Amino acid sequence: MTATAEADLHDRLMALAERQIAVGEVRGVAAADPVNLPMIRHWAAAMGDANPVYTDAEAAAGSAHGEIVAPPAMIQVWTMPGVVRDGRQATTPVDDVLRALDGSGYTGVVATNCEQTYHRYLRLGERLVPATRFTGLAGPKRTALGEGYFVTWNITWYSQDEPVADMLFRVLKFRPRERKTKPEAREPYPLKPAINRDTAFFWEGVGRGELLIQRCADCGELRHPPGPVCPSCRSVERTHVVASGVGEVYSYVVHHNPPVPGRSTPFVVAVVELPEGVRIVGNVVDCPPEEVGIGMQVRVTYRQMDDELILPMWVPQES
Amino acid sequence: MVSLPGSTAVAGIGATEFSKQSGRSELQLAAEAVFAALDDAGLSPSDVDGLVTYTQDTNQEIAVAREVGIGDLTFFSRVHYGGGAACGTVLHAAMAVATGVAETVVCYRAFNERSGRRFGQPDARIGGEPSSQGLEMSWHVPYGLMTPAAWVAMFARRYMHAYGVTSEDFGRVAVAMRRHAATNPAAWFHGRPITLEEHQASRWIAEPLHLLDCCQESDGAVALVVTSAERARDLRRSPALISAAAQGAGAGQLMMTSYYRDDMTGLPEMGVVGRRLWEQSGLGPADIQTAILYDHFTPFVLTQLEELGFCGRGEARDFVAGGGIEIDGRLPVNPHGGQLGEAYIHGMNGIAEAVRQIRGTSVNQVAAVRNVLVTAGTGVPTSGLVLSAE
Repeated sequence: MTATAEADLHDRLMALAERQIAVGEVRGVAAADPVNLPMIRHWAAAMGDANPVYTDAEAAAGSAHGEIVAPPAMIQVWTMPGVVRDGRQATTPVDDVLRALDGSGYTGVVATNCEQTYHRYLRLGERLVPATRFTGLAGPKRTALGEGYFVTWNITWYSQDEPVADMLFRVLKFRPRERKTKPEAREPYPLKPAINRDTAFFWEGVGRGELLIQRCADCGELRHPPGPVCPSCRSVERTHVVASGVGEVYSYVVHHNPPVPGRSTPFVVAVVELPEGVRIVGNVVDCPPEEVGIGMQVRVTYRQMDDELILPMWVPQES
Repeated sequence: MVSLPGSTAVAGIGATEFSKQSGRSELQLAAEAVFAALDDAGLSPSDVDGLVTYTQDTNQEIAVAREVGIGDLTFFSRVHYGGGAACGTVLHAAMAVATGVAETVVCYRAFNERSGRRFGQPDARIGGEPSSQGLEMSWHVPYGLMTPAAWVAMFARRYMHAYGVTSEDFGRVAVAMRRHAATNPAAWFHGRPITLEEHQASRWIAEPLHLLDCCQESDGAVALVVTSAERARDLRRSPALISAAAQGAGAGQLMMTSYYRDDMTGLPEMGVVGRRLWEQSGLGPADIQTAILYDHFTPFVLTQLEELGFCGRGEARDFVAGGGIEIDGRLPVNPHGGQLGEAYIHGMNGIAEAVRQIRGTSVNQVAAVRNVLVTAGTGVPTSGLVLSAE
């Protein structure tokens, strides 16, 4: 990445972080089960914690608690989602930040801090609800693992409306150090167009750095996407014109989720209206997504996606 | 000429539970739904001589017939274009019954759309084949424009620009659907209404669409029994008469990326369907007490209100803003909670709800229902129905 692109990325990430901080506390989905003895027993056995106040009703009755209580360090257990996600998980303000970092190449993750505060012991039958606040993004920092950002959030667990425990959690999202590869070796781009005799001229044009629009050799009508028969005059005689290479954004989307193979998110796809009178779909690049708008003037550029494929894309005209 | 309106009826409806992980095969789901629909109608598998489903369904008609114990089939048919097929299956069945090609036809849709193949996930193969559809996709997929949410978002952005519509306007549709689902025990989101604030805070999928603008992904199956109105009158349930049934595609139509037509703010294919439905039934928007509008993504619910004549162009936001599509509004839409709230069974669960509304047996029953309008998938070649009480 160029220094400008890096700076843009940093600004985008920090702006996202600011927005997510402003979101404040977001309540998650209530624990699937209330605080219960079987889970306590498994946890205590696994941890080797034999304190009878956690498992023995009689011993607990004689303790300061007067009844069985849960080990405070179990707090995360009660609301942790299972391995098989059932779609009932709530989203948190942290998700977008982690996803943006993933999409920008900071795919590595390592937990660095976990500080838990317990306000009181939990009793059997209490059903907890977690609530998440995104609290900070710091970076980029150079670390032994690679360059990365520290992402910090807080979870508060509520029983009814009473906060019973807090946790500060921090991870380092880092760019794994790149293995040295031969510069000519490119990963094959996974999103290949199907091409046949009706459309090959377009892709051959792109390969030469020309944006071609099909033109009927008889009536002269321009058409995109192209096809074998002129819908106006039935002619199968086709030719093409070279487009001027400028256009205007007619509509656009900023794709965030789900991840798309061969692409990092977010990315912009637009319907571009050409002065020749046809529309064409393509990516708007070299421009922060939030600066793209309907009516924006763009010009074509060409990007080599792998050893075989070049795609026409669009950049702001002033750049 | 054989006349379609009023000569056929939906005589039975059946469904599995709606879940995220059915734990059984799609064929088993199909068979369970077909059994349930036949039981509802008071018919047995030997009464069935026709089957219709979607081209996207993985369960062949003959496979369903084998599992259910249906004997000879004289009619089988598939309808294409994803969820646009929903009401089309009933149209095909009704045509077969009206022309005497078959007597009793079951329409079905069964899938593990959440635990199996998820339509919302990118599939790099969709642009790979030089079929007409593969070539069409090839103008979009290489740019990463390859999910239904993103395809619809492209229309939504232009619609917002043209009429000053906001994300909150879309959000009101989601809030209404979740309100309805909240009181429907069969709905996945039973007991879980949402607020507009929660809609706004949900993460981006493809701007301008938030997560809560997108319908859920579901496992489940729905089946419908179609037979003649005359025969239906002798069966267990009051018939839901098929007053009109239509399919529609527009000029310059693409599968889900019709970005090359003059205007991107309407749904011309739904206009085709709407005109046919009103013509056939002799009814108009004022005669509809409740509508089942396909809601895989919120923006197209607004567009459909306009395209079908419930309000003028660009006026749907005002229609929705006053709670117009809620259960107590001027046109209750999707009283079952729609696909945003009940389940995404590719529109078939909506047809079942329309039948319940006609029968007067819905958990969220609208008062004095005579006619229900139903639509199928939006942004694709589509279909629609008007069902009526006797």
